[in-house]
Amino acid sequence: MDYFVQQLINGLTLGSIYGLIAIGYTMVYGIIGMVNFAHGDVFMLAAFIALILFLMLTQLLGVGSLGLALIVVLVLGMALTSLWGWVIERLAYRPLRGSFRLAPLISAIGMSIFLSNFVQVVQGPRNKTMEPLLSNVLVLPIGNGSVTLAEKQLLIMAVTAALLAGLWYVVKHTSLGRAQRACEQDRKMAALVGVNVDRTISLTFIMGAALASVAGLLWMTYYGVVSFNDGFVPGVKAFTAAVLGGIGSLPGAVLGGLLIGLIETFWSAYFTIDYKDVAAFSILAIVLIFLPSGLLGRPDVEKV
Amino acid sequence: MRWISDPLLTVDHLSMRFGGLVAINDLSFSVGRGDITALIGPNGAGKTTVFNCITGFYKPTSGRLALTHGTGAPAGAIDALTRSDLRRTRGANPELFLLERMPDHEISAQARVARTFQNIRLFPGMTVLENLIVAQHKTLMRASGLSLAGLFGLASYRAAERKAFELARAWLNVVGLADRADDPAGDLPYGAQRRLEIARAMCTNPVLLCLDEPAAGLNNRESAELTRLLRGIRSQTGVSILLIEHDMSVVMDISDHVVVIEYGVKIADGTANDVKNDPKVIAAYLGVDDEEVAAAGGGVP
Repeated sequence: MDYFVQQLINGLTLGSIYGLIAIGYTMVYGIIGMVNFAHGDVFMLAAFIALILFLMLTQLLGVGSLGLALIVVLVLGMALTSLWGWVIERLAYRPLRGSFRLAPLISAIGMSIFLSNFVQVVQGPRNKTMEPLLSNVLVLPIGNGSVTLAEKQLLIMAVTAALLAGLWYVVKHTSLGRAQRACEQDRKMAALVGVNVDRTISLTFIMGAALASVAGLLWMTYYGVVSFNDGFVPGVKAFTAAVLGGIGSLPGAVLGGLLIGLIETFWSAYFTIDYKDVAAFSILAIVLIFLPSGLLGRPDVEKV
Repeated sequence: MRWISDPLLTVDHLSMRFGGLVAINDLSFSVGRGDITALIGPNGAGKTTVFNCITGFYKPTSGRLALTHGTGAPAGAIDALTRSDLRRTRGANPELFLLERMPDHEISAQARVARTFQNIRLFPGMTVLENLIVAQHKTLMRASGLSLAGLFGLASYRAAERKAFELARAWLNVVGLADRADDPAGDLPYGAQRRLEIARAMCTNPVLLCLDEPAAGLNNRESAELTRLLRGIRSQTGVSILLIEHDMSVVMDISDHVVVIEYGVKIADGTANDVKNDPKVIAAYLGVDDEEVAAAGGGVP
């Protein structure tokens, strides 16, 4: 029992990070119908930005308070990663918007390769590590055993929940969110009723990058290690999560992220860690056979 | 005869060719300020092509589409703008626009021409009310400073948002959908979706409302309601309406001015009564031998 709950906690933590990345995939897909393959690398970049900022603050500037340092890293990291997201959209995708469907996809793959190589060149190919943060654990008694809940796990789940609530509010109740939904449903018509479509798409990329930036920071606090090719596997997992939940659906991305995190963790815990990725992708395949538009995705119904 | 004394939109020698196909050939007409103008003609006459040129979906092969936002433009102002390479005047009173030089989103945002389509293009997944709020996006975005002020709930944004909701609810009352405000727009019955589209177009605060077959697919009762609605909108807001319509009872009932085209050429232009009795129009609709038309005074070139 305690082992199960422990894995549940671990799975939810990992799933939260996947969910944050998955939102970037799902929002961009929703609004321009394109899979932004560079998004995983934006996440990797964000982890590096978080690492560098954190080291600068604590080592160079000697900020003593961990909480203050984390908040500064969070805010600055979001700003810098958003800038990257904006530039990527501007340079690699916007010029191809009127082009055929595959063009931005190829451009995205190119951007993904560029980003990981860029980081490899400027940061070196070795793993970068950071001292473990927030490793204090709370020991919770469960039944006749106990489980541990690390402070950082608590932080990850709390930050994810808060961000999702914020995002939900933005999408549902602000004019930016309404514009995003309008563009998602009929981009041409949205332009005709006065929505600035290009700006809305830019802001969507910025929001996705900002969430990936938080995921990067949380990743660094959780694992304490990042390398230039860490964009790939978490990126693919998050993309899988978005597809599993129903690409284009925000709650779907979160649900998918949590599920992928849980599947991976439980598979590693009860079976073998070698096949955890196989398990995650198999579940995806099975779900897509029965629900082709994902768990919460709307099927495309063409009304005649 | 407001289309002569006070034209809002002047279409001059408009031509649109698709390869070798001439869809519109040297078409000229005016839309009077505050008038309800109907553009009619048999199937394939080029009516929707005219609409697409006015709203910037097509770039006309040649011709001029001049729109003024108010009366009293100095004589020759349009010609002066045409000679310049500008799309519009800035700061002039009244403002002039050359629609053939503007992309579609500028035509809707700056020249304030709103349109609906033959097929309904609402945002089906958004609520009825949200469809009308999103049409006021530009005003709201300006008030909200890219949504940041909106996030932090600044007073100026709150006020702008309240006004937007008030306007949206007012339009819902006009089109009789107040009780469906929170339903997804895609769930409304067909006739209601048509009315909602008109309300959404009006929320963008247009000077010219272009309706492409607004009565298509409506039954007699709904058509009569639509006629009342359009008249009410025109008298309340003073908006000029240009519509394409096949339902002749609607056209004759509602229009101050009717322009008839056939094969991309204007064959009649006048009040509903003038047009109704024009032999060329009758010939175009009913089909008559060329000799008979010639005998009735003037043939189709």
